[in-house]
Amino acid sequence: MALTREQMAKRVARELQDGYYVNLGIGIPTLVANYVPDGIAVMLQSENGLLGMGPFPSAQEMDADLINAGKETVTCISGAAIFDSAQSFAMIRGGHVDLTVLGAFEVDQHGNIASWMIPKKLIKGMGGAMDLVAGAKNIICTMTHANKTGESKLLSECTLPLTGVGCINKVLTDLAWLEIKEGAFHLLERAPGVSVDEIITRTAGKLVVPDDVPEMTF
Amino acid sequence: MAGFDKVVSSYDEAMQGLSDGMTVIAGGFGLCGIPEGLIAQIKRMGTRDLTVVSNNCGVDGFGLGVLLQDQQIKKMIASYVGENALFEQQLLSGALEVELTPQGTLAEKMRAGGAGIPAFYTATGVGTVVAQGKTHKTFSGREYVLEESIQGDFAIVKAWKADRFGNCVYRHTAMNFNPLAATAGKVTVVEVEEIVEPGELAPSLIHTPGIYVDRVIVGQFEKRIEKRMVR
Repeated sequence: MALTREQMAKRVARELQDGYYVNLGIGIPTLVANYVPDGIAVMLQSENGLLGMGPFPSAQEMDADLINAGKETVTCISGAAIFDSAQSFAMIRGGHVDLTVLGAFEVDQHGNIASWMIPKKLIKGMGGAMDLVAGAKNIICTMTHANKTGESKLLSECTLPLTGVGCINKVLTDLAWLEIKEGAFHLLERAPGVSVDEIITRTAGKLVVPDDVPEMTF
Repeated sequence: MAGFDKVVSSYDEAMQGLSDGMTVIAGGFGLCGIPEGLIAQIKRMGTRDLTVVSNNCGVDGFGLGVLLQDQQIKKMIASYVGENALFEQQLLSGALEVELTPQGTLAEKMRAGGAGIPAFYTATGVGTVVAQGKTHKTFSGREYVLEESIQGDFAIVKAWKADRFGNCVYRHTAMNFNPLAATAGKVTVVEVEEIVEPGELAPSLIHTPGIYVDRVIVGQFEKRIEKRMVR
């Protein structure tokens, strides 16, 4: 079975380490905050200028002046800091954020990512995605393995306009957990009940498969 | 105005001197921390052919979106413009030009513009359409692209409080691009919720020193929320 969105978030959350500053993108990455393992403290960065983002507010707490990068009302945790957008991107671009999790349309075996623009459809803009992928040392990309028509999104070469070049090193899809290195996807783990053959079939880019591919457990 | 007193009492006075073809830098992130009354004044003035620099362009009928209604914006420089149907329509018809800029690069362009730095190198956008046609240079084995800074004829800013000398503080994430915009305007106008007397704001806690600010006006804010989320 392919992973659910919640299982994907749970799997990514296992990569969190105590004391990490983490930027979570919109969609599945946002859900990772719900599965921070016990005994681990992480601080969430929101690129509109908040370090120490808390959960959604109660109706009474809701404040128009306190939002996240998805423009949703949020709260601050105790010990949070608020700053301007240049400061926010200084910490991102300067490599101070320990882990960035974001979605993508396509990723290729060279670590290139396309996530912001589909030609001939409405172009909404890249927001902070290009800064995030250029600045972070440790990026996990979460995405479905194939699109709705079954075509692989893990390619030898991205076809859509790029967000960043050679910047993605880990990918979690609904089928597999993979590392990108030396010009190939390396299969590390498979979703429960998903065969290695299925992952091979659905990966268009170069895929290195070790003898033993452990199954994820939840 | 006397001495360092920057307070003006009308929106006409606040935006006096704005004319067709000028560049306006606006603070705000989405609808959070936007100078609502100053935007409304630009609409009332009917100034045209504006280049507007802001992270977003409001929504239909609110924020900078109202300046689209009479086609007052010729060019928009922004990182994300996805919340506005009128924007899309004018973009597709060719009435509006857009220059999409990565969010961190946009913030730094304002910061540099206000700090006397004409351009800077960044890794953001290298290898993408954003870097096409721009100067590249390699530092310590990594390639960077040269981005030029931005200055505005006007900067319009929303702060929480300012004193009469123009020293400003912002509230929560309504800070966002506002302190950067404030530094980058030839004329910087700040709309605030409250004006206090000099000395009432602690000098160590000022976000924008008054030297950057030309005019301060007190406004009434709707503070519309784009996405209401509750636990």
